[in-house]
Amino acid sequence: MTKSPLGPRKILQPDGCGARSSMFGATVSSEQPNSTAIRTAGVSRHYTMGESVIRAVDGVSLEVRSGEFVALLGSSGSGKSTLLNLIAGLDRPSAGAIYAHGRDLAQMSPLELAKHRSRTVGMVFQSFNLLPRMSLAENVELPLRLAEVDRRERPGRVREALERVRLSARMDHRPSELSGGEQQRAAIARALVNRPTILLADEPTGNLDSHTGEEILNLIAEINGSLGMTVVMVTHERPLAERYAQRQIFLADGKLVGGNGEP
Amino acid sequence: MKFVDLTELASRNLREAMLRNILTTLGIGVGVASLVAMLSLGVGLQELLSGRLERTGLFDTVYVASRRAFGDVGRPRKAQAAAEPIRPLDEAARTEIAGLANVVEVYPEIRFPAELRYEDAPRMMTVAGLPESARQREVFDGIKGAFFTSASADETILQIEFARDLEQEPLSLLGKELVLRYAERQPLAAPAGASATPPDAEGGANWGFSVVPREVKLRIVGIVETEPGSGFGGFGRSRVFIPLQLAQRLSSVQFGDLRQAMRTTAPEYISLSVRVSSAGQVPAVQEQIKKLGFQTFSLHDAAKSLRLAFAVLDSFLGAFGSLALAVASLGIVNTLVMAILERRREIGILKALGASDRDVKQLFFAEAGVMGLLGGVLGVGLGWAIGRAINFGINVYLKRQELPPQTIWAVPWWLVVSAITFALLVSLVAGLYPASRAAKLDPVQALRYE
Repeated sequence: MTKSPLGPRKILQPDGCGARSSMFGATVSSEQPNSTAIRTAGVSRHYTMGESVIRAVDGVSLEVRSGEFVALLGSSGSGKSTLLNLIAGLDRPSAGAIYAHGRDLAQMSPLELAKHRSRTVGMVFQSFNLLPRMSLAENVELPLRLAEVDRRERPGRVREALERVRLSARMDHRPSELSGGEQQRAAIARALVNRPTILLADEPTGNLDSHTGEEILNLIAEINGSLGMTVVMVTHERPLAERYAQRQIFLADGKLVGGNGEP
Repeated sequence: MKFVDLTELASRNLREAMLRNILTTLGIGVGVASLVAMLSLGVGLQELLSGRLERTGLFDTVYVASRRAFGDVGRPRKAQAAAEPIRPLDEAARTEIAGLANVVEVYPEIRFPAELRYEDAPRMMTVAGLPESARQREVFDGIKGAFFTSASADETILQIEFARDLEQEPLSLLGKELVLRYAERQPLAAPAGASATPPDAEGGANWGFSVVPREVKLRIVGIVETEPGSGFGGFGRSRVFIPLQLAQRLSSVQFGDLRQAMRTTAPEYISLSVRVSSAGQVPAVQEQIKKLGFQTFSLHDAAKSLRLAFAVLDSFLGAFGSLALAVASLGIVNTLVMAILERRREIGILKALGASDRDVKQLFFAEAGVMGLLGGVLGVGLGWAIGRAINFGINVYLKRQELPPQTIWAVPWWLVVSAITFALLVSLVAGLYPASRAAKLDPVQALRYE
């Protein structure tokens, strides 16, 4: 699975930060096989709609090891996207705890949570979510702006990220000038550019034909393999999950189905 | 997010909804323009009027008299006489006052009765000395002929009514000669056997004077419409003017000299006019002269109430101008609230990529700020142009009325700076609500929004 049909890869350079440098070596997972990237403890997310309470996520406890590629599966409305948003720090749990590298997101201040979204996780969406009026390079630069990365360092980082997804030739194009697959690759480059340790993908193939979808998953698997990035992917396509993910977690009505919350 | 990135993204976002943002910015521009136009006219009018008043020479002059001048007519005041000796307004005092800071010149008021002969017809007139600085005064703007060629030339300027008395066609008098007959004061030497100083001399000796008739020929160089500086502290009522130094040289007997004739003190001035470098310095100079022991008068207080009137006028004009800016600021609120609705998804994406609430807030704030700044700059330019146009229109009207052109419009640098700052502040305040609303947007909801 980690063997990519796409030839030799350039490996992103370690940035000197201890915890992170391990993530960029090719042999990360074998170095620290037991370190936990994400752990949830009885996490719940409830919405109140008028009189009734909707339990989108209901007491989920799971653990994802560093460098693991996990698929979150479930029918629509099962709570898998809500769970992903909670891990991403876009949403806050109603109860329970979510640990990313040991730090509880539920206890973080809004500013710390923004930092978590900026530095620790990278997100990829079903509908790509590129800003239509910016070029690819500008879209990819956006997380660097938000993370206040030095301006002189940015062009190199943007180029590096776009090279990794094989789009460096099209960096001045606007998203609308690209195919769906290319747009999703650009979105992946944007998710990688800040060198996060966790990649969260919400139905990344949902808007793509099956061939392009496979291409994207190959790319994600390659990133998982070569960079040792932890990947959590939400999907409802079980065959794809079986082919690419190391482990599948099933959700129904906001609860885990079967005891596969532990690695 | 860093400031550079913030402004970059903000101006980028502004370019995206070009038309709407241009219209909003124009709205602010028009608001600022109305403010600038109103205030520039107010300031210009003030400058015009205070400039004219300053040129009358009334507001930058302190009139000095001895404490005795009004005190000892009639019975002497007991208390004052006992308290401190009264300082005479003599040559020494004049030199001392001239040495004070911000004093441009000190000159005595010289007026004397004289007989003027033109074509052998004698007329009794009061002649007044004019200081060289009077040249700048407004009354001499419309002079026929010219001002004195020097401060001591044997020349005269006549008021037009008097000139008409002399000649039916007053302008034909220019260049002609007039004979001035006056009574000269000749100081007497000490009588034989007297001591060196007279008994009550305070400074210098004065053994009295004799009065001798004299004559001087004066060339008529100029004719003026109005009497320069009539009323208090001016040059008294007079229709014949000669250079001040000439008047001093003639040493004619003045109206107040009768009192001098009875005393043996050194000659004193009845009053001195002290010209100050600017009207604003008048109170300080006045205070210093008072400390020297003299009475002072100035029209500074009158000028103060004039300034007050203009301050009220300016704030009225400013309030009306600001009203337009307030309306324009509602345009900013509207534009930014619309932008939030339109850019919901974008805000969600930014948050997913790591933007904090503060980043989003600052982004909208920066957009409001950029619009305010551009609108402010635009408005100052526009207001400047409107002010000029109004000034031009008024001058066309003045020309039709055969009046001289005037500048009733001024845009001082403080007005430019404060108008732009004001526009920026108003825009930022207008951006407060939209910015906090955008920051509060739930990213999960925003990303779901199609």
